[in-house]
Amino acid sequence: MSDFWVPIYLTFKLAIITTIVLFFLGVFIAYFLAYTKSPFKFLYEALVNVPLFLPPIVLGFYILVIFSPASFVGKFLDTLGIRLVFHFSGLVIGSIIYSLPFMVNPLVSGFRSLPNSLKEAAYTLGKTKFETFFKVLLPNIKPSILSAIVLTFVHTIGEFGVVLMIGGNIPGVTKVASIAIFDASMALNYRLANLYSLIISTVSLSFLVIVFFVNKRFLLNGRS
Amino acid sequence: MVEVKLSKKLFSFELNIDLRIDKGSFVSIFGPSGAGKTTILRLIAGLEKPDFGYIKVDNEIWYSSEDNINLPTRLRKIGFVFQDYALFENMSVGKNIEFALESKSDSKLVDELLELVQLKEYKNQKISILSGGQKQRLALIRALARKPKLLLLDEPMSALDLSLRVSLQDELLLLQKKFNTTALMVSHEVSEVAKLSNYIYIVKDGKILKHGKTQEIFGIDENNVNIIGTVIEKKAGDIIGKVKVLIGVSLIYLPISKELLATLSVGDKVLITINAFKSTISKVSFE
Repeated sequence: MSDFWVPIYLTFKLAIITTIVLFFLGVFIAYFLAYTKSPFKFLYEALVNVPLFLPPIVLGFYILVIFSPASFVGKFLDTLGIRLVFHFSGLVIGSIIYSLPFMVNPLVSGFRSLPNSLKEAAYTLGKTKFETFFKVLLPNIKPSILSAIVLTFVHTIGEFGVVLMIGGNIPGVTKVASIAIFDASMALNYRLANLYSLIISTVSLSFLVIVFFVNKRFLLNGRS
Repeated sequence: MVEVKLSKKLFSFELNIDLRIDKGSFVSIFGPSGAGKTTILRLIAGLEKPDFGYIKVDNEIWYSSEDNINLPTRLRKIGFVFQDYALFENMSVGKNIEFALESKSDSKLVDELLELVQLKEYKNQKISILSGGQKQRLALIRALARKPKLLLLDEPMSALDLSLRVSLQDELLLLQKKFNTTALMVSHEVSEVAKLSNYIYIVKDGKILKHGKTQEIFGIDENNVNIIGTVIEKKAGDIIGKVKVLIGVSLIYLPISKELLATLSVGDKVLITINAFKSTISKVSFE
């Protein structure tokens, strides 16, 4: 692979892994948030949404501090032979935290938009919570799932602050497209910055168009 | 035989009920909205937890606060028809039935069940193309598919227009007999309750005000023709008055004395009794 494509490749690799991991994590967090009767529900919801309100650079700084070999967590991970800071796996962890609300929030509103009777009807038909979740609830929030996946994906592609703090700027390891754009601009290489920007915006916009197109089809089929 | 004795503290009153339902009968819980009727069904279904009491169905204990038994909903052999039908839009008409069956892929049984409610030709269609009446019938047959011991119906016809309601009531009665199930229906519609049930519980503010056989509750003499309707207009005359009564989808005019006219108001439910010699009209009241 030529050097030009490496940051693009890293960006998509990061976005795909983040989205897949977050999907499985997000579905269960969202189910919990949508249906829990815990009095601390507001607290959990606030926690999930912290990345929305914290500047990415601040979030990145905290993650860096927590995972640095000087901290307790970092030391512990070091003894297991895991080093996250300035490694690709660190980027994945950072992105998961950063994009969490983008995955969870659409799923939560999807679950909440379903009438309770749907879930209850499945129980009265002798189904377990597990069956109800996979056969009734999840299939009925497909548009929300699609929105959540695309939002997470696009959001991860555009990430800069968190990635820079945790990963730095190591070519072939942590130098993703957004950092490459910054790097090229600083070096006054506007042609390169422009190319990267064009690729990123084309991909992001196409994804958004696809979501709105497909969601409209869902709506027309009588399920929103 | 279903025995239910439950109490539960609700927002504005305490629910306190004691029901005894004979096997194979059609029993209605009748009362104004907000009387706790739906909660009773939800407690029996296990969708909500009572504070005290017990639920016993054919000698099987579903709930007992004393013995700390609380069978989860899925293990109670019930069919529940929700007010909004709660059909699964991600599945076809046929798959909705299949989902309810214990042994899967019994395509013949699905066909048979759909046939009973004239929906066989819609087997592979989406739920969204069904009409209100068809959705209601699908919800009903889906609830019956498991051959429940107890069929619970929560205002099953409230979303439908009157003429459709009347024909679906007949269908509901036939299916209940065919599946030989015990039915417990919640409704605030007098004519529906009178037509379908053989036993009625009248509930208000979480308490049972009155209960009895349908004939007793409505003061019906089986030797007469008995019709329940709603007063929609009153006209006072010089000597006698006149009322316009809506019965099903038709209207009738009845001459009545001025004294009687004064006791009726528009919206009242009335029982009209006709025998060989005369017709009488009286207000249906439950308190």
